[in-house]
Amino acid sequence: MSIVRPYGDTTGDGMVQLSFTLPVPHSKVAEGAAAQLAGKMGMDPALVVHARPMGPDFTFFVVYGRVHHLVDTDQVEVVERDYPLLTPKEVNAAVKERLRRRLVVVGGCIGTDAHTVGIDAILNIKGFAGEKGLEYYRELKVVNLGAQVSVPHLVERARAEEADAVLVSQVVTQRDTHLLNTREMAAAFREAYPEHRRPLLVVGGPRFDETMAGELGVDRVFARGTTPGEVASFLVARLTGQEAS
Amino acid sequence: MTSKLDLDPAAVRAARRLAERAGAPIVDLARRHTTVAVERATLRLAGLTGADSDGIPWVNRLLDCVRADLAEDGGLQHGAALPVWDALRREGIEDLSTLAQKASAGSVRFRLPEGADADVARAASRRQVGAGVAALDARRAERERFVSEVGDAPATPWIYLIVATGDIHEDIPQAQAAARAGADVIAVIRSTGQSLLDYVPEGATREGFAGTYATQENFRLMRAALDESSRELGRYIRLTNYASGLCMPEIAVLAGLERLDMMLNDSMYGILFRDINPVRTFVDQRLSRQIHARAGIIINTGEDNYLTTADAVEAAHTVTTSQLLNEYFAKEAGLADWQLGLGHAFEIDPDVPDSFRMELAHALLARELFPDAPLKWMPPTRHMTGDVFRGNLLDGFFNLAGALTGQGILLVGMMTEAVVTPWLSDRDLALQNVRYVMNAAGRLHEDFHPSPGGFIHERARQVLGESTALLERIIEHPDGLLDAIADGTFGLMKRPADAGRGLDGVAEKSDLYYNPASDILEAP
Repeated sequence: MSIVRPYGDTTGDGMVQLSFTLPVPHSKVAEGAAAQLAGKMGMDPALVVHARPMGPDFTFFVVYGRVHHLVDTDQVEVVERDYPLLTPKEVNAAVKERLRRRLVVVGGCIGTDAHTVGIDAILNIKGFAGEKGLEYYRELKVVNLGAQVSVPHLVERARAEEADAVLVSQVVTQRDTHLLNTREMAAAFREAYPEHRRPLLVVGGPRFDETMAGELGVDRVFARGTTPGEVASFLVARLTGQEAS
Repeated sequence: MTSKLDLDPAAVRAARRLAERAGAPIVDLARRHTTVAVERATLRLAGLTGADSDGIPWVNRLLDCVRADLAEDGGLQHGAALPVWDALRREGIEDLSTLAQKASAGSVRFRLPEGADADVARAASRRQVGAGVAALDARRAERERFVSEVGDAPATPWIYLIVATGDIHEDIPQAQAAARAGADVIAVIRSTGQSLLDYVPEGATREGFAGTYATQENFRLMRAALDESSRELGRYIRLTNYASGLCMPEIAVLAGLERLDMMLNDSMYGILFRDINPVRTFVDQRLSRQIHARAGIIINTGEDNYLTTADAVEAAHTVTTSQLLNEYFAKEAGLADWQLGLGHAFEIDPDVPDSFRMELAHALLARELFPDAPLKWMPPTRHMTGDVFRGNLLDGFFNLAGALTGQGILLVGMMTEAVVTPWLSDRDLALQNVRYVMNAAGRLHEDFHPSPGGFIHERARQVLGESTALLERIIEHPDGLLDAIADGTFGLMKRPADAGRGLDGVAEKSDLYYNPASDILEAP
């Protein structure tokens, strides 16, 4: 069955619940306005079951009602990630099992960029968006070089640490420095390593376009809002997948 | 509150003694070192404010010049006071900002004064920094007057709410709305990454990452707004910010000068969770706590962080250990019991059987170990899944545990934790939750007496035992707590004493070292 509608307590009843706030003092007019909004959203009938003033200028509503929309599950389009999202436990298990040693990640901000917000959000144990950073993962060895790391220094440390992956964060975008720096970094790694021995190169930052990896010469670009778990899952997919095959 | 756990007083004394033994060598280390942040905090106490056209504060500029000129002669080792006040006198300059500007332009050279010159510089620096300390005293007295004038928070726990828009001018109306809705304490979350800046930004700021920069001007604006709210509401609304990261003591000074009331200020958080050098952290922390003590500021420690990274049952004893260490360091720095907002959190997996009984045991243990400390009770975050309905229930149990165990400061949990930054309605629902629990069960602790030998008693005893064992293990390390931090005894992080951020801003004090701030704040 591919056509469905919401289920309250009877098949096909189409019942949904909704809560929201309107910037209107609580009154009968406010309740009417809430019903009108729910109606415009397609709830018919819409029942305002709860209205409560929040301070003098706002009112909070809970609305129950029926919607008549049908959804066709056959027509749902899902953007498939090309790697599975793993929990820290799964990441650790995969590394332990398939790599049989800790996976080494070297990270930093290159060029004159002193904004470590991005790299720290991904690497620091404190993490980002409720997820712990890569330092939290027992099977990942994280070397965070911090800000203003020169490309030669980054290559040198990656070699010394036998890095499996190099993570670079770029926040400053004046005159496209983030793109120039990234290309310089990619070229330096290509020069310093034989092709199949090169560590995985990953860049991230709020102004990067995720489709630009090839053009920049890196293996992956992460844009705004990327969480540590996504980065860890990607590293595992690429690095442990390779060794297993 | 009478004892509900019947903890063995000898076991409690033993735990405190162990914390003291683990902490004493760290205090000694802190006494023997100074840092760039300590010297900059001293310059701030002496009244140096403002920044150059690149936004770099004059305290940074001036200290950098002193360090550079004395590079051959010990650099930071002697402290900033002697070279700075010597230069003021030699150059006939009246104020520090003129000196900082001239020094940055290269027209003033610094030296280490000797003999009578050093005596004169010492006395002059002490006078000027003394005026700064007097300003802290004045703001503290002002707070006390204000509280007695408009009235204090009507009940405990104090209701603690967070604002975090990134824009101080958006934060202000939100904070005032939260106060009207019932908050006793407003915390302004800092911009992500400020802890790793080795300077304090200047001025009113309107953009931050997931928070608002801690600056003196932002402090002043928010305190003024909450003073207005305090008068309107007839109760004093406290303001909280963060004295953590690389500028701990400087931010403590700014907080004292702008009459902030509570500051997050943990002894080990920066080391473990931000990879800041351990020596830097302990040195900075000591002066920051001395300043908080003087300014009448309540500190909030960060034990909740241990539970967000490790299992809250297995790691319960690390919270107790950290609380004992935080207490030792705080008291050594002069803080009184009423200023110790020791942290802990409601983070046990709700699917674990008896999770609530364990939460009660842990919360009661903290209450009874530190009977005169306010204690900061932190809501669930780890097991908030996005199911807001279940989240609201968990927050209700969190509030109930807080009521049953007499917590002093209750950080209000949001059912939309991990979903969105709190909406107006989230905050309202969360406060309804708190009010319902406090109204229905606020005095239930009078009837709540866990049975001797029962689950709660045994669990509390077990956690205290594990905490004592952990302290013993720390002391067994050849270099004590520093080694324990280096080998990953706390959390999962290995943080060696010779690595981490801010290490290049640490120096061992010379025999000639002088710091008027320490001199005044440590005077008996």
